[in-house]
Amino acid sequence: MPKLFTGAEIVFKALEDQKVEYIFGYPGGAVLPIYDELKNHKSIKHILARHEQGAGHAAEGYARSSGKPGILLVTSGPGATNAVTALTDAYMDSVPLVCISGQVPTHLIGTDAFQECDTTGITRPCTKHNWLVKDVNDLARVLHLAFEVATTGRPGPVLVDIPKDIQFKKGKYKFFKNTLKKKINGKATHKISNIELDKFIDLIKKSSKPIFYTGGGVINSGPQASKHLRELVSLTGFPITSTLQGLGAYPGDDLQFLGMLGMHGTFEANNAMHDCDLMINIGARFDDRITGKVDEFSPGSKKIHVDIDPSSIGKNIKVDLAIVSDVSELLKSLIKRFKEKNKNFLNSNKQKTSKWWEQIEKWREKKSLNFINSDKLIKPQHAVQRLYELTKNKDTFITTEVGQHQMWAAQHYKFNKPNRWMTSGGLGTMGYGLPAAIGVQIANPGKLVVDIAGEASVLMTMQEMSTAVQYKLPIKIFILNNEYMGMVRQWQELLHEKNYSESYTAALPDFVKLAESYGCVGMRAKTPDELDEKIKEMVNIDRPVIFDCLVDKAENCFPMIPSGKPHNQMILGPEEEKEISDEGKILV
Amino acid sequence: MAKSKSAYSIPGKVGKIERHIIVVWVDNEAGVLARVVGLFSGRGYNIESLAVAEVDKKKHISRITIVTEGTPQVIEQINLQLKKLVPVHKVADFKRGEKDILFRELALFKMLANSKKQDKIKKICKKFNPVVLDKTKKSFVIQVTALRAEIDKLALDLKRLGLISTSRTGSVAMTKGAKIFN
Repeated sequence: MPKLFTGAEIVFKALEDQKVEYIFGYPGGAVLPIYDELKNHKSIKHILARHEQGAGHAAEGYARSSGKPGILLVTSGPGATNAVTALTDAYMDSVPLVCISGQVPTHLIGTDAFQECDTTGITRPCTKHNWLVKDVNDLARVLHLAFEVATTGRPGPVLVDIPKDIQFKKGKYKFFKNTLKKKINGKATHKISNIELDKFIDLIKKSSKPIFYTGGGVINSGPQASKHLRELVSLTGFPITSTLQGLGAYPGDDLQFLGMLGMHGTFEANNAMHDCDLMINIGARFDDRITGKVDEFSPGSKKIHVDIDPSSIGKNIKVDLAIVSDVSELLKSLIKRFKEKNKNFLNSNKQKTSKWWEQIEKWREKKSLNFINSDKLIKPQHAVQRLYELTKNKDTFITTEVGQHQMWAAQHYKFNKPNRWMTSGGLGTMGYGLPAAIGVQIANPGKLVVDIAGEASVLMTMQEMSTAVQYKLPIKIFILNNEYMGMVRQWQELLHEKNYSESYTAALPDFVKLAESYGCVGMRAKTPDELDEKIKEMVNIDRPVIFDCLVDKAENCFPMIPSGKPHNQMILGPEEEKEISDEGKILV
Repeated sequence: MAKSKSAYSIPGKVGKIERHIIVVWVDNEAGVLARVVGLFSGRGYNIESLAVAEVDKKKHISRITIVTEGTPQVIEQINLQLKKLVPVHKVADFKRGEKDILFRELALFKMLANSKKQDKIKKICKKFNPVVLDKTKKSFVIQVTALRAEIDKLALDLKRLGLISTSRTGSVAMTKGAKIFN
């Protein structure tokens, strides 16, 4: 007779066997038996958030900075619905999350019971898979399968809904390993053939205007993938650009790196994408913020696409060579094969790409990230640059909210390592950065974690400062405060005749006092001359800090590709934008 | 500045629309049909008909046959997205008019018709394996099996002859010869 365990015990046994150290969650009626069991499992620490969305983003920050899945524990009904934004965010950005939710007892399901909702129905489109466990003897199998689905192939969130009576009931426990027999779900079981590799190498050798276009898939493939990428880029001598999610996979300060591409990418990256004859997409998904107008996207190039998810290939852009594979696996085999046959490629190929590099240098000379600085007002770009300069020698982790500040952070903060940059790209969730910073700090104790924030975004999940204080997490909330929803205001200025409909926030809180009321440190910088000292002070405080950085209220984020335009038609700055040039001059 | 007032790119050229029949083998578990159908509605794909039933009682495998329309790119996406669903075992995709595949749909027609009319109706249905399932003086129910388009046409013809209710199963498909889908 095997030993029997309660459903709640089975949950923890499974978490222990999966080597889980932290759970982010919030208790409630339908999940109490699991919370009751928590005390018996000392190796697992629970982080109490202040809202389930906050718990979800914290779990995302934990996952993205550690490479391990993030665990989320919420109650039924509102607990589950509050987690939906975080689950959708994780789904869009391929972050492995395992969400365990309580549910009303099985006999009450379907009766509109207190705090009942159709959790599996609601979360079906925003998870890789979800389960409602109606038999306690299924629980162990389902939980281990949940971890496997979340972490294999293209990672993503999963949800296990456990009715309260199942948490009490006794059943068998067994550790199921590798239960997922399916080979096709974007799994890394695809054998890379030499034919594919030779085609790949052939395209590399034929190209005179190549570019690497890399994305979050490189990060998700693990630190080895970044190493291999660096090796391949240096072996070929080709230029490389990265998506928002891929930043850090390749050193941001390297000469071969052209900066980020896309709507707010650099002039050189976008023009190189448009004019190249070979585009090597590694772990990116031709997102609409990258391609702009699909019909005019890089019209003259051959395209290679490496992705672990077969449905990402050919979804938006047709490609010439498609390889379904884990990035790290592919790069490893590719480099090996490439080296065998092309001993002195870098030197022998220099001639072939020299004109291309000359052209790229001409684009670079535009210095598209430049802005007109001021000695009276803090320019937001200047603030990010100073933050970078003053923190680059530490192993700094950056999270962001969503909007102008996010783009300025991506443009001006240079990342040299993977897993150091956590931002909500696919879903674009305002309020992501603060709770994400909490998760990052949990996974990386002793490291500097900064949330580059906007004042509008950060107010959406501000309650999580309380979590940071409770667990003594010295996260730094660096708010670029322009009193506007900056990106909304920018679009209204450029496209809606400056009708700033509802994008100004009147009655903002005093962030310094707000910080103090949470029991953390509040700081404010008003002018450029005090900025450096204040940033240094912030970095040295070993407590959570809210830094209210008052910036130019009218600054716009350039360069940008206007909607409906191809990559080679960028707006570089206010001087190109006649309509706003007068106002722009007054302000600087 | 661009005329467009959207932060999104404008739509590109749309490819030619094709009709496909997609067969999906799934674990017959709670919510599996919602997953498949939700994928179609959530991503804006079209479902013209859908037929589903368990085909393997022991392994609890259901076979879903979906008739859909879309550009080649969309059809490819449907296939790839379906394959990503955890309870999906395999997916087969056929373009309408492919030679090696049999398609059939079953329909029940309820007619208000006297016996003279009934003979006429049977005649019209003759080619489509008609079976009379129920018969009264004033009405009868006739079952036919045919291709979708044939049933479409038949339903139109029968309208004049007193058709008052139609029930159709949606297409199901099978390969010709000894070969099976894999």
